[in-house]
Amino acid sequence: MPHAILDRPPLLEVSHLDVDYVDPPHPPAAALRGITFTLQRGEALGIVGESGCGKSTLMLTLLRLLPAAGRIVAGSVRLDGVELLDLDARAMAALRWKRIAMIFQGAMNALNPVRTVGEQIAEAIRRHEDVTNRRALDRRVSELLDLVGIAASRREQYPFQYSGGMRQRAMIAMALACSPDIVIADEPTTALDVMIQAQILQLLADLRRQLQLSILLVTHDLGIVAELCDRVLVMYGGVMAEYADADTIYNGAAHPYTQALLQAFPDPTQPAQKLAAIPGAPPRLTDLPPGCRFTPRCPHVFARCHTAQPPLYAVTPAHQASCFRAETTSGGAHA
Amino acid sequence: MMEQATGGYRGVWRRLRRNPMGMIGLAMLVTAIGVALLAPWLSPYDPNAIIRVTILDIYQSPSPAHWLGTDDAGRDVLTNFLYGARVSLTVGFFASFIAVSIGGLLGLSAGFLGGRTEGVLMRFTDIMLVIPDLPLAVVIVALTKPSLTNIILVIGLLGWTGTARLVRAQTMSVKQRKFVLRARAVGAGNRYIMHRHIFPLVLPLMVVNTVLVISLAILNESTLSFLGLGDPATLSWGQMLNYAFTRGAMSAGAWWALIPPGFGIVWVVLACTLLGQGLEQALNPRLLTHHLAADRTLTSHRRLQPAPTSEGATPGNR
Repeated sequence: MPHAILDRPPLLEVSHLDVDYVDPPHPPAAALRGITFTLQRGEALGIVGESGCGKSTLMLTLLRLLPAAGRIVAGSVRLDGVELLDLDARAMAALRWKRIAMIFQGAMNALNPVRTVGEQIAEAIRRHEDVTNRRALDRRVSELLDLVGIAASRREQYPFQYSGGMRQRAMIAMALACSPDIVIADEPTTALDVMIQAQILQLLADLRRQLQLSILLVTHDLGIVAELCDRVLVMYGGVMAEYADADTIYNGAAHPYTQALLQAFPDPTQPAQKLAAIPGAPPRLTDLPPGCRFTPRCPHVFARCHTAQPPLYAVTPAHQASCFRAETTSGGAHA
Repeated sequence: MMEQATGGYRGVWRRLRRNPMGMIGLAMLVTAIGVALLAPWLSPYDPNAIIRVTILDIYQSPSPAHWLGTDDAGRDVLTNFLYGARVSLTVGFFASFIAVSIGGLLGLSAGFLGGRTEGVLMRFTDIMLVIPDLPLAVVIVALTKPSLTNIILVIGLLGWTGTARLVRAQTMSVKQRKFVLRARAVGAGNRYIMHRHIFPLVLPLMVVNTVLVISLAILNESTLSFLGLGDPATLSWGQMLNYAFTRGAMSAGAWWALIPPGFGIVWVVLACTLLGQGLEQALNPRLLTHHLAADRTLTSHRRLQPAPTSEGATPGNR
């Protein structure tokens, strides 16, 4: 299936994106380097990596909502061929939520505690569409709540009157308020128990099919990615480690980091097996090792790894990995 | 307890009601407002009536005709005292409204916008904070015509610094919350976010602050009037003190001309302070006890304890 959708022009095209965090007396921290991926209409892409690998920075860059210290140094983000990084603030504000919406991590904090849930969903609609009629607005909000399985009567309630799962569903309803093309789901199931987690994922999968949504799923849980995503982008220390369709990632990972991540994931067929942790800690962006960023923790290091960051090699046309060991299987550097 | 510390005005009222000091303050303030509103009906004389006085009418000691005696002009002290509440409270409310509005707006803008705006606004606040209020107020009132409006303006325009710093601190903390980022992602601008998302969470703090600023404003008005800078056309408590002090009430032993206005000032200031502290605790219950404190958990456990099963052992519980 991924090959079939790859042929159409992509909905979102991110290429060679570099982002720094600046803190004047200190040298800038390289938060993102050379991020390149595409997203097709209706596709779900999983973005996986540990804390601090740049997942959230990447999401905020797409919406151009980086904190004050963030600088987009190079690269391009194209939505339907339009360069988002060149838009002025007004055009960007008009595009947020209308085209790219976001489901935030931790719904309790993403909802204002002193305003009703309905009011906050209506906020997005009022912002982008010319709905002034109070009754029409109420109807829209009720429909959205209904879509995610919340009784419309709970529109008037405050976030603290909702359960954790309901709050997350309300966040999803909010994300869908303006029928966006792309929904960014930032760890949508963190802090929810397994049952609710499954419900939320099922809901996302259903909505994706119903509404032809493209989803960017940011997570550190490979299990969730397997359930929902067509393709997977594995990030490590601000660079792309591996980018391929989900099947390839799970069965033929080429990057040692992806392999190590998969080994750290429980295998239901071998319950007695101990999980393999990845030794060491993720790199500090201000203190990167020379050469490949994964060298301090990589089991396959050889001399060349210390000399340069490996480029992305195309293992197959639809499978890229940034590891010198992948060079032998591919014809040459892809990017 | 799923209550939000900030939300739910009913919860605030319930907690305030359990705070004896806060309730005393509220009762005192309500009494003062009641007296001010009902002054025409409560006072035995008309304060503006033109009266003919003889030397004997000056500093008359309390009598059935004048419960609190008369002042240096032979006027009824009780009448002046009751009408003085109007002036003090008017100045208190209007000046603190001005002060809290300015302080709130500046604090909200500085805290939310940050960067250069914050630098300029907060340096300005710091400068205003280090200039001693009273001498500056004296100079300004002396240079302008001493009218009630001018006094209100001067007190209001000088008294906002504390509010600005307080609101800025709270804004900076609320600004970090995720829903602000969400509002931005929705496409909202600065003004909208400040108005609809930050302000409602800063408002309770401003309400508490208003009550405390009222007492400061009343004290300032009394001080200015006592120093002879009050509006000569209205008789406030500070002005009563001024007249009594400068026109020989001390040497005449006329304590009745000094004590009522002083008592009035202390009454209102104390009321505002008690109510302000009570409100502060009601809005932020964590100030009172830590939410994990031993006595709290004890009371809730007691309530949750299952009733004893044997029927004879349940004393009077039907």
